[in-house]
Amino acid sequence: MNNQALFNFLLRIGDTNLILAQRLSEWTGHGPFLEEDLALTNIALDLFGTSRSVLEYAAKIEEKGRTEDDLAFLRGEREFVNPLICELPNGDYAFTIARQCIVDAFQLHFYSELVKSKDETIAGISAKAIKETKYHFRHSASWMERFGNGTEESHERLQNALNFIWAYTEDVFATDAGYNELIKTGIVPEMAAIKSAWEKSMNEVLAKSSVSKPENVFMQKGSLKGIHTEQFGYLLTEMQYMQRAFPGAKW
Amino acid sequence: MSENTDSQGTLWEIFVQKKAGQPFVHCGSLHAFDKEMALQNARDLYTRRGEGTAIWAVPASAIVASSPEDMGPFFDTTNDKVYRHPTFYQIPEGIKYI
Amino acid sequence: METIDLEQHFDAKLAKNEMIEPKDWMPDNYRKHLIRQISQHAHSEIVGMLPEGNWITRAPSLRAKIVLLAKVQDEGGHGLYLYTAAETLQISREELLDQLHTGKAKYSSIFNYQTLTWADIGAVGWLVDGAAIMNQVMLQRTSYGPYARAMVRICKEESFHQRQGYEIMCHLAFGTPAQKEMAQDAMNRWWYPTLMMFGPKDANSSNSANAIKWKIKRESNDELRQRFVNQTVAQAEYLGIKIPDENLKWNETKKGYDFSDPDWAEFNNIIHGHGPCNKERIGARVKAHENGKWVREAAAAFGKKQNAIDVAA
Repeated sequence: MNNQALFNFLLRIGDTNLILAQRLSEWTGHGPFLEEDLALTNIALDLFGTSRSVLEYAAKIEEKGRTEDDLAFLRGEREFVNPLICELPNGDYAFTIARQCIVDAFQLHFYSELVKSKDETIAGISAKAIKETKYHFRHSASWMERFGNGTEESHERLQNALNFIWAYTEDVFATDAGYNELIKTGIVPEMAAIKSAWEKSMNEVLAKSSVSKPENVFMQKGSLKGIHTEQFGYLLTEMQYMQRAFPGAKW
Repeated sequence: MSENTDSQGTLWEIFVQKKAGQPFVHCGSLHAFDKEMALQNARDLYTRRGEGTAIWAVPASAIVASSPEDMGPFFDTTNDKVYRHPTFYQIPEGIKYI
Repeated sequence: METIDLEQHFDAKLAKNEMIEPKDWMPDNYRKHLIRQISQHAHSEIVGMLPEGNWITRAPSLRAKIVLLAKVQDEGGHGLYLYTAAETLQISREELLDQLHTGKAKYSSIFNYQTLTWADIGAVGWLVDGAAIMNQVMLQRTSYGPYARAMVRICKEESFHQRQGYEIMCHLAFGTPAQKEMAQDAMNRWWYPTLMMFGPKDANSSNSANAIKWKIKRESNDELRQRFVNQTVAQAEYLGIKIPDENLKWNETKKGYDFSDPDWAEFNNIIHGHGPCNKERIGARVKAHENGKWVREAAAAFGKKQNAIDVAA
């Protein structure tokens, strides 16, 4: 039972990284200018790397002989538990940056606690991820500042992006009974403290970026139950196409 | 204030230090729109394979370079200053640590 | 110095295999040739991100996805090194991109072919990168310093690209019947376009002579093409993939393979904009550029404000 909770938790982390990286990698070759194209791709590479380590570990914990690729490419929509925010289509660059900044700030605080996990593998993965995430956050936060204080257009685009995306922030912190069980065994941290640290970081970034935090937002939820946005099916269709079309083939 | 020129940013020269204590070596150029971006872009472009531990980013416009015509007056004149090199001096045999 | 003296000095440097540096005097045609060649090379890297990028979101395993992403990113980096090398010749990135977007500048025609299957990603890495590397290794000794230095860096980074492609082909060639078929199909479509990458036959190549004279190029199109065929045949044999050329056979006298010419009429068609993806490739670049305009403007405006703060402080 405990293994089931741990497995679910690992899927949550693995899917978060995998799906966000899948979205980011859509920008590769299409970025706003060359240097930034490469920078965003670096972030996608980091996230894919983390998702691989986590899914590999999840497959091991599950003990059903599945691989990281089975988990990534052969699960259906309802079995994915990434926060909804990760799967939202890229939109314009302000939207991509706002989405990234929200997740980066979360991951930064989350991994900073998760690194103390009693599970050594998780602690090890987190230690590596903290370093990467610090840089991701620095990158996205500096772009928030540029957009917020750049031109009228960029300010408006950033504010619009935040107004839309804020409804998906609560879902990032969702937990279930299994997660609460893992807290007791010291494998995962309490989410409340992470959320308040995240809020503090976001408030700072928003203030520096001269944009306002959307208020009284009705929050969208459902990711932990595998209830996704409509766009998610298309993302999976594309991502899983090869493994579905050629069952059993090795690549 | 209504400048609307689309640009690719300004040119920066990037120097990377491989290991602490070693000199910073020029490794290439890139475009960026501000200092923080120059540093971040340098990190993403020139240290992707663990090539460095520290970076200098310098606006290309801030670099002063000698010209090919300077070659004679600048550098050839130092060739005859042999007394600047340790081998110019004779030390009696058997003297150590000097 | 008189122009004649300068030219003699320039020629003497080339004769001694010394590099020409940005501040050195150089003949106008040398500068023009370099701008054309380096920018064409840079554009090829950037446009080359597209056919491979086409498969990033569909890569069949996480490992394959990461590797492909890193590879496409490297290509962007290489384009960037080359753009900055071209910029030392007094032309701006804006102008260079404008030439690409308006169709004034060319890029390697190979990237106007479609990547239709995952095997195409293998074939591009193995054959196309293999061909590109031959050219690039030679260019490490090109006579213009910034170009040569960019190429040294590029070659160092490229070394995994061809291996990545060949590894994909290995998985396919020793995989299921469907995978083998996919691999052969990719070979059938990519072989001749790859041979075209070395450019027209020496006899018909208008720019080649000057490039060799100025030591920008050190080997001719035909020499490089021959070497590529010689080294690729055994690699294909190992995979059990057939090179689609009935005339391919070992020639003991020249110690190399005889092989058929690609269809030069097709080559000319593509150069003149009629390849399968010419419009899509440029269209994608123009779209990215236009969508990025407000981003660059915002960054420029913010940078200006930051500078003002620095000056005041």
